[in-house]
Amino acid sequence: MEHVHSAELPFEAGKITDDIKPKIIRAFLKDAFNNVTRGGVGYHVWMGTLTFVMLVGAYAYSIQLREGLSVTGLNDRVSWGFYISNFTFLVGVAAAAVMLVLPTYILKDVDFSKAVLIGEGLAVAALFMCLAFVTVDMGGPARIWHMIPGIGRFNWPSSMLTWDVLVLNGYLFLNLTIPFYILMCHYQGKHPNVRVYVPGVIISVFWAFCIHLITAFLYAGLPARPFWNSSLLGPRFLASAFSAGPALIIIILSVIRRFTDYKVENVTLGKIALIVTVAAQINLVMLGSELFKEFYKPTHHSESAVYLFFGLHGFGALRPWIWTAISMNLIATAILTLNPLRNSHKWLLPACAILFISIWIEKGMGLIIPGFIPGPWGKIVEYSPTWVEICVALGIWSMGMFIFTLLVKIAIPIETGKLRYSATANLTETKSAPAADL
Amino acid sequence: MSNCNCNHSDNSCKNGMHELLAENVLSDWLKRDDEMNYLRAMPSLDSVLMWSEYNNQPNISSLAKKETAADHIMNKGMDRRSAVQTMAAGLMAGLGFLQTACNPLAPAEDREKSQLEWDDYFQGNFRVMTDKEKEETVSRLERMYELNTGQRINISATGPIPGVLYGYAFNISKCRGYLECIRGCINENNQDRETGMQYITIHEHKKGQMNFGEAPDNFYHEVPQDGHFYIGTQCMHCESPPCVDVCPVQATWKEQDGIVVVDYNWCIGCRYCEAACPYDARRFNWQDPVVPENEVNHNQHYLGNRLRKKGVMEKCTFCIQRTRDGKNPACVEACPTGARIFGNLLDPNSEIRWVLANKKVFRLKEDLGTEPKFWYFMD
Repeated sequence: MEHVHSAELPFEAGKITDDIKPKIIRAFLKDAFNNVTRGGVGYHVWMGTLTFVMLVGAYAYSIQLREGLSVTGLNDRVSWGFYISNFTFLVGVAAAAVMLVLPTYILKDVDFSKAVLIGEGLAVAALFMCLAFVTVDMGGPARIWHMIPGIGRFNWPSSMLTWDVLVLNGYLFLNLTIPFYILMCHYQGKHPNVRVYVPGVIISVFWAFCIHLITAFLYAGLPARPFWNSSLLGPRFLASAFSAGPALIIIILSVIRRFTDYKVENVTLGKIALIVTVAAQINLVMLGSELFKEFYKPTHHSESAVYLFFGLHGFGALRPWIWTAISMNLIATAILTLNPLRNSHKWLLPACAILFISIWIEKGMGLIIPGFIPGPWGKIVEYSPTWVEICVALGIWSMGMFIFTLLVKIAIPIETGKLRYSATANLTETKSAPAADL
Repeated sequence: MSNCNCNHSDNSCKNGMHELLAENVLSDWLKRDDEMNYLRAMPSLDSVLMWSEYNNQPNISSLAKKETAADHIMNKGMDRRSAVQTMAAGLMAGLGFLQTACNPLAPAEDREKSQLEWDDYFQGNFRVMTDKEKEETVSRLERMYELNTGQRINISATGPIPGVLYGYAFNISKCRGYLECIRGCINENNQDRETGMQYITIHEHKKGQMNFGEAPDNFYHEVPQDGHFYIGTQCMHCESPPCVDVCPVQATWKEQDGIVVVDYNWCIGCRYCEAACPYDARRFNWQDPVVPENEVNHNQHYLGNRLRKKGVMEKCTFCIQRTRDGKNPACVEACPTGARIFGNLLDPNSEIRWVLANKKVFRLKEDLGTEPKFWYFMD
């Protein structure tokens, strides 16, 4: 029974092996499982709905597996579409977690500490969605082992795709382990050891920039596609990511503090909103720079931009998308730029939602598809996603929301102190339910 | 009687001119659903499960391989791939016993098929295989085809000939847009008939400009059209191919003789190469390719015209199955006007070297630095 005492020693930083023992992990997993399987009616309806959409997506994917990618709207002209669009956007969402990690862990900015675990949870969910979107886009997902170094042939460093595989999986590892360590410590009522997690945090800050830059280099490294072959692509990816990602975090934090007793101060949301605003403004400056280059003296290489914004040779399927995105972006940035509006939650939340959607369009349909139009010999074949692609994408988004909800459902009771490691409870195998009020 | 020297038996040439409707060329192999008796090799879970049962009956001789996968695992030093195989095989063997209990009468052929499909899945990258492994691989593919269709094919694994670097030249003055090259290519290379896949594109340019964007490439009218000229594009077999650099799994590479090839068994279907190619040379199998059995070219090469499956990339290979035997590619052979010239760039007496030395040649999109081995010239 001596373990009972060790659990009662609060706030003592120890070695990582002291903080994370198999016995405590077992108790943690058990408590976590109990916690995520219990909740109010709203929680179960939410998770049930997500499960249903995931099943619809799985059914659509089974059709794609059986028939091949011919059930998508893709073809040899436009060979990447809705899946890769969503992938590109979500890499940005994942990268945005860093904007909250940096001040919290290193600058010890207390305001952000409430947001950072949520941000990292969001990164994990976004990364799972990214990996899923890449997998469903593959013609031979069963042969994915060909990429594993050692048993396969990993074309590193030549192929940017292998770089992307490395940085995405590395970032996933960092964002799983750092919050896990911190939650494990809080679970035991201890302070996490700074020397254990701060090096990880510093790496993950650097890493977050890498994942989005390298994803941009996937496209920017293709001289065959002049629309992507631009040195501004990487910086613009970062700017748009650091506006869309934190915008989503603001919305999520508002929902969480409304429905749980997890306290998020207004000043925290205000600081994140400032990040969103600056990033959105920089993004617009870069957009202006790109538009100037493409349209002041249009060349052969501007044809994709002409097609995207104004249509080309009678084809213009992307025009409604991009003009919607640009208008929404301008409206949202205007609202955010005006201090009184940004500080009012009545304006802030809709502005964040509008900005998020506008960047989803801009980084997806507005970036990936026009890269293929016109084709290498100037031929135009238009693309729009089929119902299979839309269902699979909805399924993957639901999977991401499902994962995120699970992570938050575990993290919040630990952070609010309702879920704590109890040696006695675990020794005697009592069935006492942990606090669950999400 | 035709006075054209194109050797067409269907009398489609009159007055030395091919009054050939492109529709005829393309449609006669597009509309053959009635003749289709092509059996597809669809691996099923059942067949995979039977594999383990097969391994417990050593008296059934293995036709395609001298040793079974199990022998391979037991007798050889274990690298990581075989370790993965062993683990997966262990799992499947357990399930296989269950399957055997339910269905003890699985035919020997089915068992062999499952074994071959199993080996097929765990096959390594062709580029790094030893000659022996290459031989085993192609004989396995031949046997699989025989089990699936009852037909025998010949798949070669012939390597590059030393001292050979292939190059291609296209005479713009001579091409008249007959599309015979496309037909020859499709018949030779077993391309999917259902989607009408083509490696070659013929662009019909208006005289006075060379704007590919405004040149139709799927014309269905009499050729040659007045006031037009024709340019063909296909894989340029770049010396510095961007498609090879971007492939995440090295499923595509440039051979010693300059041919850019794809290992269809190794490709994971990410289509990054298709995005990277500036010449629109790569084709993806968006669905199961279909070639009616009576149209299949049985003379095949592992890296060339052997039958593909859905979800993998393919492309022009300069007809590797022909050219490594010293023949011309099918498009060169099929061209009725002599617009296409193919040969060894390292042979100073070759026709291609004569063209490069005596004609004013140019290449497309040279500014991208891919160094295509495909030149254009005019008389």
